[in-house]
Amino acid sequence: MARPMEEIRWQDLEIGATVSEPGCSREYKTGSWRSLRPVVDGEQCIRCGVCWLYCPDAAIDRSEDGHFQADLDYCKGCGICARECPVGCITMEIEES
Amino acid sequence: MAKERRGIEVSLAIAEAVGQADCDVIAAYPITPQTHIVEHLSEMVADGHLDAEFVPVESEHSAMSVCCGAAAVGARTFTSTSSQGLALMAEIFFIASAMRLPVVMALANRSLSAPLSIWNDHTDTMMVRDGGWIHVFVENGQEAYDHVFWAFRVAEDPAVRLPVAINIDGFILTHVIEPIEFEDDELIKRYIPEYKMEKALHPDNPVSMGCFGMPEIYTEAQMAREKALVGSYATCVKAWEEWAVLTGRRYHPVETYRAEDADYCIVTMGSLGETAMVAVDELREQGEKVGVIKIRLWRPFPFEDLYGVVDGKRVLIVLDRAISFGGPGGPVALELRSALYNRPQAPTVVNYVAGLASRDVTVEDFKAIILGGKAKAAAGDTAGFTLYGVRE
Amino acid sequence: MDKFSVYAARLVEKGEYFASGHRACQGCAEALAVRLVMKALGRDTIVAMATGCMEIVSSPLPTTAWEVPWIHVAFENASAVITGCESGMKAMMRKGKLPPKKINFVAMGGDGATADIGMGQLSGALERGHDFVYVCYDNEAYMNTGIQRSSATPWGASTTTSPAGKLSKGQRTQKKDLPKIAIAHNIPYVATACPSFPFDLMEKVKKAAAVEGPAYLHILSVCPTGWRIPSEEAIKYGRLAVNTCVFPLYECLYGKYRLTYRPNPILPVREYIEGQGRFRHLTPEDIEAIQERTTAEYEKLVKLSEEV
Repeated sequence: MARPMEEIRWQDLEIGATVSEPGCSREYKTGSWRSLRPVVDGEQCIRCGVCWLYCPDAAIDRSEDGHFQADLDYCKGCGICARECPVGCITMEIEES
Repeated sequence: MAKERRGIEVSLAIAEAVGQADCDVIAAYPITPQTHIVEHLSEMVADGHLDAEFVPVESEHSAMSVCCGAAAVGARTFTSTSSQGLALMAEIFFIASAMRLPVVMALANRSLSAPLSIWNDHTDTMMVRDGGWIHVFVENGQEAYDHVFWAFRVAEDPAVRLPVAINIDGFILTHVIEPIEFEDDELIKRYIPEYKMEKALHPDNPVSMGCFGMPEIYTEAQMAREKALVGSYATCVKAWEEWAVLTGRRYHPVETYRAEDADYCIVTMGSLGETAMVAVDELREQGEKVGVIKIRLWRPFPFEDLYGVVDGKRVLIVLDRAISFGGPGGPVALELRSALYNRPQAPTVVNYVAGLASRDVTVEDFKAIILGGKAKAAAGDTAGFTLYGVRE
Repeated sequence: MDKFSVYAARLVEKGEYFASGHRACQGCAEALAVRLVMKALGRDTIVAMATGCMEIVSSPLPTTAWEVPWIHVAFENASAVITGCESGMKAMMRKGKLPPKKINFVAMGGDGATADIGMGQLSGALERGHDFVYVCYDNEAYMNTGIQRSSATPWGASTTTSPAGKLSKGQRTQKKDLPKIAIAHNIPYVATACPSFPFDLMEKVKKAAAVEGPAYLHILSVCPTGWRIPSEEAIKYGRLAVNTCVFPLYECLYGKYRLTYRPNPILPVREYIEGQGRFRHLTPEDIEAIQERTTAEYEKLVKLSEEV
């Protein structure tokens, strides 16, 4: 994404308004929508990846030690991960403004 | 090499041209009077004369949708329709140009319902006038054949990449047998080389086409579209010049017959131009200083070419083959009136609508329209339009 | 959890082809379904998408959430557009204009695009026998325009154009049975799926892509916004739809039906209906009527799946 939408001139659009940078939606951070934040208890986490599998926003990352954490750039705070975690190690906490 | 000249139905000649153009995908739904074009194409595919996918869709809406999909992967793509079929595909017609998909369509012009009519006029094409396509009108079978190649040449030009509609009068042209000079395949290959589309849909280079436009960006997308269509004019002309070099047949955005010294001219589009020329010959013998102006390129509209031929004329009698209901006249007259409005010493425009649903416009009718138009101009009776021959 | 080892999630394709930053609502199970479908399909895929929620949220200019070639033309024509892509590629590869490559051609649309406005085009594309997969993401109403009823909205659901009121119980008609309509085209593969059962879903996507000819997938996609449930319960309600047999998981491969998951025990539909705002107005008698129909429909499916 070269520039914000409001700054794009007609000459900047690709032919037919094609977008040729795959996955560039990542530049839009949906994390700002969140009012609840998932917090993972690393002690309890069994590293199964169920939270990752069910996340509609592909907003769960796996850290090097195999734990799963929400990517707060994109996590919208829907709470599916907390609801579906088989060991209940994720809690939704109120986002600080 | 000696050129092959043979008598053939114009629809079949169009199909043969699509075959010579080595089209990859043809998607069509049958509608009179377009049927002979696509029937012949499906025969050519069935007999192995044309290596293409013939997609016999379930509606014209799908015909244009299949064409969009095929053109988006970079295939050379053709369809043909008429009238109600065009109305049904109109939604996608507009999108094809916005997405810059170089589909070529033979539009066998036919009137729109109701009442149901399968015959010829220009009410169908005028409905999509603002659809962002390049529109060309042809006058005879040879022109129809030639313009299939021209259409692919222009549509696929990287500087253009827009869809092109070839307007061919239904029945009057599509169903007549005419002697047509066929070009050999080698010449056609030189004129329209293999097409390589940039940023086509392919997993090796994933792009997204047809994205959603918020108000902050919609205006810019429309400007890009307008610039593309206006900018295509140069390629349209260049492609005609190249064709003339290869074949000797020369075309122009606006063409004239005995117009140079004329005081007044009849303006036509499509196949009626030939009848108009006969009428003008006869009126010239009677001492009338009259000529014919034929608009070939309808979009992008050739303003400068028009000014070049109408400057100095006193009256333009425009023959329209469609009505803009509740408006001030037929679409061609409207276009000319607005194009000439700020022109110093602009000619007066008088508008007749005739030839709806193939009602005959004979040489005598043309003479009556031309002389009637001249008289109306002299009397200052130039507002609106006259529906020629209507029973009252 | 369903009947898969919780650790199985770690075996799933890591690549994301439907990227973060898309603007689907919180807890959108349709976005999850798209994400899982794309994982199963992989990189060599061309997607044609109908106008609708997923199209809008994934492609506001100048961005795209798509990592694969993607095209949107209009609302009703994703199936026609993808058959154009397939035909174009087929012709160009045959003629040597493109190097040969196995590509998955996939059309996607919501229930409105599929059951209503695009029904004719879907039927045409299935009948013509193109090698493509059609995926219907069924969230049971026109959610993108504000929860209007479609012909896939179930009986009794209150939507903005089938509102419950003094004289109305909400949607007055039974849900159109799209998978059966697809099966009637005698295509190689038809299946139902739900992202609450991700492994079942991804396996079916792979089968659909592998068969030669048309395949149809009908994916129940829970919409927290339109169904009026909390966003964190999107997976739970998908699971309930399956476990109550409101939405059975089955497939039909070359005419042979198979239930791919048999709930045991089968839960009462009440458990699925009661927590959803769209069904809040229904009486116990209404729910009983839904129960009877659900049981009857499921029994028919069981019978079909037992045919040899």
